[in-house]
Amino acid sequence: MTADAPHTPMSRLPLAQAAFVVARRDFSAILFSKAFLFFLLGPVFFGLVLIGSASIGRKTAENAEPPVLAVMLAPEAARAFSAAHDRLRDRVDLPRIAIVEPAAAPSPAAVLGQADANYGAVLSGTLAAPRLTGTRERLERWRGPVALIAANALDGPAAFPPVTLAETATSQSTQKRARGDTATAALTLMFLLTMLLAGMVMSNLVEEKANKIIEILAAAIPMDAVFIGKLFAMLGVSFVGIAVWGGIAGLVLTLGGGALQPLAPPAVGWPLFAAMFFAYFSMAYLLIGSIYLTIGAMAPTVRDVQTLSLPATMLQLGVFFLATYSTSSLGSPSEMVALAFPLSSPYAMVSRAAQEPALWPHLAALAWQALWVLLFVRFGARLFRRRVMKSGPAPTSRRGFLRRARS
Amino acid sequence: MHAPLGATAVPDNRPQTQTGPLAIEARGLVKRFDGTIAVDGVDLMVPQGAIYGVLGPNGAGKTTTLRMLLGIIDPDAGVRRVFGHERPHDIARLIGYLPEERGLYPSMKAYEAIGFLGALRGMTLADAKARGRRLLEEHGLGHAAERTIRQLSKGMAQTVQLLGTLVHEPRLVVLDEPFSGLDALNQGKLEKMIRALAANGTTVIFSTHVIAHAERLCEGVAIIAGGRVPYAGSVDAARDRIPAQVRLETEARDGPWRAALPADARAEGKYWMFSLPESGIEPLLRALIEGDAGILSLSIERAGLHDAFVHIAGEAAARALEEASPAEQAR
Repeated sequence: MTADAPHTPMSRLPLAQAAFVVARRDFSAILFSKAFLFFLLGPVFFGLVLIGSASIGRKTAENAEPPVLAVMLAPEAARAFSAAHDRLRDRVDLPRIAIVEPAAAPSPAAVLGQADANYGAVLSGTLAAPRLTGTRERLERWRGPVALIAANALDGPAAFPPVTLAETATSQSTQKRARGDTATAALTLMFLLTMLLAGMVMSNLVEEKANKIIEILAAAIPMDAVFIGKLFAMLGVSFVGIAVWGGIAGLVLTLGGGALQPLAPPAVGWPLFAAMFFAYFSMAYLLIGSIYLTIGAMAPTVRDVQTLSLPATMLQLGVFFLATYSTSSLGSPSEMVALAFPLSSPYAMVSRAAQEPALWPHLAALAWQALWVLLFVRFGARLFRRRVMKSGPAPTSRRGFLRRARS
Repeated sequence: MHAPLGATAVPDNRPQTQTGPLAIEARGLVKRFDGTIAVDGVDLMVPQGAIYGVLGPNGAGKTTTLRMLLGIIDPDAGVRRVFGHERPHDIARLIGYLPEERGLYPSMKAYEAIGFLGALRGMTLADAKARGRRLLEEHGLGHAAERTIRQLSKGMAQTVQLLGTLVHEPRLVVLDEPFSGLDALNQGKLEKMIRALAANGTTVIFSTHVIAHAERLCEGVAIIAGGRVPYAGSVDAARDRIPAQVRLETEARDGPWRAALPADARAEGKYWMFSLPESGIEPLLRALIEGDAGILSLSIERAGLHDAFVHIAGEAAARALEEASPAEQAR
C-alpha cells in the first residue's frame, strides 16, 4: 500500500495549512447548523439590549457631561442672571450655565457650533425679552428654567418674561449625544457578537471532545493549528452573519427611507467606522475567544465549562460596563484604563471612533491590541495543547489495578 | 519480508538490541498525570514492516504509551523516535492513527469523513474524498458513502474511521484497541486487513488486551502492566521464556526410572508433567526405556503467549486481562 506512495522524509502539514483544514471544516459545519440560525437571530436580542443600554448610556453621558446653557447677554444682565442662577440652583434643578461675551461670537448659532464646548442652548436678547436658541428638545426642557431665572434676576416681576424660541437643527451637545448613541450601539453590538461567538466556539470544542474527535486532530496536526483554526473559523462565521445583517439593515433603511431615523454619523465617517468596527471586533473576539477556547480545553464536561467560564463571563461584562461608562467621558482616567486594558481596548476604541475624528490613536491601539492577540493566542494555544489531551485513565482505577497487580 | 525482531526481555532495563531499520524507538518513556505515574520507563523498538502488539490489561498504560509515540502528549522523560524523528508531528503524513475511543463528526457523510481525515494528513480535500469513495467501494460500503455518520451502524462507522486512518497510505499505522467493539466477522476482516498492510511493507502497531489477537498477528510484542514493560521482543522469544512442558504416560507407575524424571515432575492423573530438561528429551527417553517404564504416550507442549504473559507480568496482571474481556480471551 505504501511502497509507491509519494512521501517525502519530512512530511508535515504547515501550521497555517493545518489550521485552514480545521477552520474550513468548522466554518462549513457551523454555517449549515442550527446554531448559525440562532446566531442570525442575534439582532433581535441586540435591538432589545441596545434600547436598554442606549438609555443607560445617555443618562450616564448627561450625568457625566451635562449640556451647558451659554448666557450671551450684556455684561450687566449676564451678572444678574448668574446671581439669580446661584440663588435658585439649590432649590430648583437648573441647567449649568456659562457666560459668553456677545463680542466673542457673531451669533448664537455660532456659539452652539463650537466644537470644544458642550452648549445645549444659547440665551441672548435681554432679561425682559430673553431669546433661547437650540434644538427643539433642549428648548422645551429649558424655556421654563430660563424664564424663572430671568424673572428672579429682574427682581421678581409679577409674571415671567416671555421666552422667544429660536430652533436649530442641531447643537454641539446634541451631536455629541447622538455620536455617543452611535458609540453605545457599536460597542453593544460588538459585545453581544463576541459573547455569542466565544460561547459558540467553546461549545464547539466541548462537543468535539465529547465526540472524541479531538484525539484524531491532536495526532495529525499540532494543537496550535486546532486552536487557531477553530478561532478563525468562528470569526469567518461572524463575518457572514454581519454581512447578512448589514444587507438586511441596508435594505430596510433603503425601503424605509426617511421614516426611519438611523444612527448619527460617527466622527470618522461611516466607511472608516465600518472598517474600524471590523478590525476592533476581530481583536475583541480573538482575545476573548482564545480565553474561552482555553477554558473549553481544560473542561472535561459541559458542567465544568459552565463553572470555569463564569469568571470569564463576569470579566467580559465588567469590560463592557467599563467601556460603556467611558463612552461618555473621553479623556478621563476611566477611559484611559479602558483603552489600555487589552480586553476593553477594542470597545473603548470603537467608541472613540464614533466620537472623535483623530485617526492616529487607532493605529496605535490596533498595534497594541494585535500584540495582545498574539500573546493570548500563543499562551492559549500552549495551555490548550497541554490540557486538552490530559486525560489518562482515572487515577482511582489505575491505583486499583496496581493494587491488584501487586497483590 | 519483515526485519528480524532482535528485541529481548528487558526487565533489568538493558537496551534492546535491534539490527533492522526501526519504525519506532522509545527509551525510558515516563508520563505522570497529576502526580500519578501512568507510564514508567517504557522501552520499545518496533522494526519497520512489522506487526507489533502492545499487550496489557486496561489501565496498564497502553493508550498513554501510544499517545506519547504519536506526539499527542509529550513524555515527562525519555526519548521517542518515529522513523528517526523525535517530533512525530514532523512526519504526520506517514502515520495513520485509530484511537481507542472512535470519533467522527456525526453530521459528515461517510466519504467526507474519510476525506477530512485525509486532508488532516496532507492530502488535498478533493483527492481525499475521491479516495474515500473508492475505499468505501472496495470494502463493500459504497452504498453508505452518502450517508451521514449518525446514520451508519456502529460497525460501519468504525470501518469508515479505519479507512480514514489508511486513506493517505501511511507507512506506520497505529491502532489503539482496534478489535474492541467488533463482532467476530469484522474482527476477522480487520486481521486480514492488518496482514495485508504488513505484506505491503506498512508497519502496524496495535494495542490490545486480547492475547489471541497478538498471538495470531504479531511478530513482536510488548507486555505492559502497571505502566512498565517487563518484556518487549518477539512473540517466539516470549513463549520461550517458559520451558516446554512434557506430558508423559507410562505403563509402570513406579520403578528406578523415576529417578531420571526432572525435579519438577508432578503426577496429574495418569500423566507425569514436567518441564523439558535443558539437556533435551533424548537422555530422559533412554532412561525410561532402559528402566522399563513402558512409555504409552509422550508429548512436548510449547508454552502459549498466555502462559508467557502470566510468567512475565504475573498472575494478577493476567487476571486483570481476563476480567477485562473473558469472552474475547476465549476466542
